[in-house]
Amino acid sequence: MLNSLYKEQILDHYKNPRNFGRLENFDIKNREVNTLCGDEIEIQIKLNLNSVKEIKFNGRGCAISLASASMLTEFIKDKNLEDLKNLKKGDILNLLNIEISAVRLKCALLSLDALKNGILNYEIKK
Amino acid sequence: MLDVNKIKKDFPILNRKINGNRLVYLDNSATTQKPIQVINAIKEYYENYNANVHRGIYKLSEEATYKYEEAHKKVADFINADHNEIIFTKNTTESLNLLAYSLTSNLKEGDEIILTQMEHHSNLVPWQQIAKQKNLKLKFIEIDNEGKLKLDQLNDLITKKTKIVSVTAMSNVLGTINNIEKIGKIVHDNDALFIVDGAQSVPHSITDVKKIDCDFLCFSSHKMLGPTGIGILFGKKNLLESMKPFLYGGDMIKEVKFSDTEFNEIPWKFEAGTPNACDGVALGTAVDYLNEIGMQEIMKHEKELSKYALEKLSQIKSIKIYGPKSLEDRNTVIPFSLNNIHSHDISAMLDQYGIAIRGGHMCAMPLMSLLGVNGLSRASFYIYNDKEDVDILVESLKKVKGMFN
Repeated sequence: MLNSLYKEQILDHYKNPRNFGRLENFDIKNREVNTLCGDEIEIQIKLNLNSVKEIKFNGRGCAISLASASMLTEFIKDKNLEDLKNLKKGDILNLLNIEISAVRLKCALLSLDALKNGILNYEIKK
Repeated sequence: MLDVNKIKKDFPILNRKINGNRLVYLDNSATTQKPIQVINAIKEYYENYNANVHRGIYKLSEEATYKYEEAHKKVADFINADHNEIIFTKNTTESLNLLAYSLTSNLKEGDEIILTQMEHHSNLVPWQQIAKQKNLKLKFIEIDNEGKLKLDQLNDLITKKTKIVSVTAMSNVLGTINNIEKIGKIVHDNDALFIVDGAQSVPHSITDVKKIDCDFLCFSSHKMLGPTGIGILFGKKNLLESMKPFLYGGDMIKEVKFSDTEFNEIPWKFEAGTPNACDGVALGTAVDYLNEIGMQEIMKHEKELSKYALEKLSQIKSIKIYGPKSLEDRNTVIPFSLNNIHSHDISAMLDQYGIAIRGGHMCAMPLMSLLGVNGLSRASFYIYNDKEDVDILVESLKKVKGMFN
């Protein structure tokens, strides 16, 4: 029961976030804020043709939002934008592999919002 | 000394197990738990005398009306007001909105309203939005490093154009106790109206509106053992009489013609529509409960518990406690941060140990940015909390810290 939310894997990604930082050159950049708690995640992507060549994220947030962003950036590397557009809530929850209450769902999905809206904006501009 | 073990027995919810642990409820600034007496009052209302108040000429309605009006009297006595100076609203927010709309109807462009930097959103947003509509000027008394008001500023801020000063008696974020009487004196010397947000102070201290000499006082039932859905607005009789109603409709009228309406007497002039009579009655029961324990005793208990909690919490390495340094200037609200652990993570992890505390911006976003934080954790106590609760909090916080470092 204890730590069902804060499993070792979550804490590991929180303490040592993967792909944390900024890119010098990027094609996609988007920042999303969770107004409820002030958490914010920015995602930057450098593309190779239509797939993710490099990805970095930065921002601040709780363990759930940061771990989720860290896992997401690992997961989407080399993936095609078309596939990423179809990513759903369930995919993120599978990555996290923890029970999430409705209140914390926004934390878990903040990075997905940042990614999908980023791709959307990129395609509109293109 | 309060017999906390006896008091705990009156609160059924405290028997609940949360994640296998006994509930340690430390979010009393947000809302308090309800004693069985209050819960029974609600049950009794609907089982025995539910009827619409102020209308029916029959036994049930007469009983409901009597009980509902009696609750107004109990609340009036609790803060040393007259019984027709007590209006029941939905919550503190509605009480403040009522004032914000009614008192600004005659204000002119450039007129000023003074607030403080430590106001809850409920005592900021209504004034701010009306100020935008009517081109009024909002001014703020600043806070110092400890989170105390820089009261000296008031004399400089207040001008002939200042019509309203609205201040919290006790900060829901920092626990700061403001010198309301002193502020009131300055406000009245300058012929402005003085509003006190008592949502945090009334449940935790002796309130005497004649001594404070405030024109209006707003507070909430649910923060003082009563049900949700009832707020209180105290207003001085002559002011309430001269003010226009806020909401129009049934119950607030004396005589209605197609072309005009004569309004009811105070306080009913401000209670349009069928009121939340049941919860109003139950608030009366909550007031009885507090009176039986005695506010003086409650204040003593909370001072002692705060002192203990501040000492114990400050022994945790790398904790940062916010708010006034002196115990004199603060009450049971204890805001803190622990390393850089997000306040929502702290709340969520403490929840695993059965502890309920608040984390986040606590309905005071501008204050958070002033303090340079994204959010804080906050423990706040009431009559059913004891030193053991503090010990459990401290031990659990140490565990949380261990997991994140």
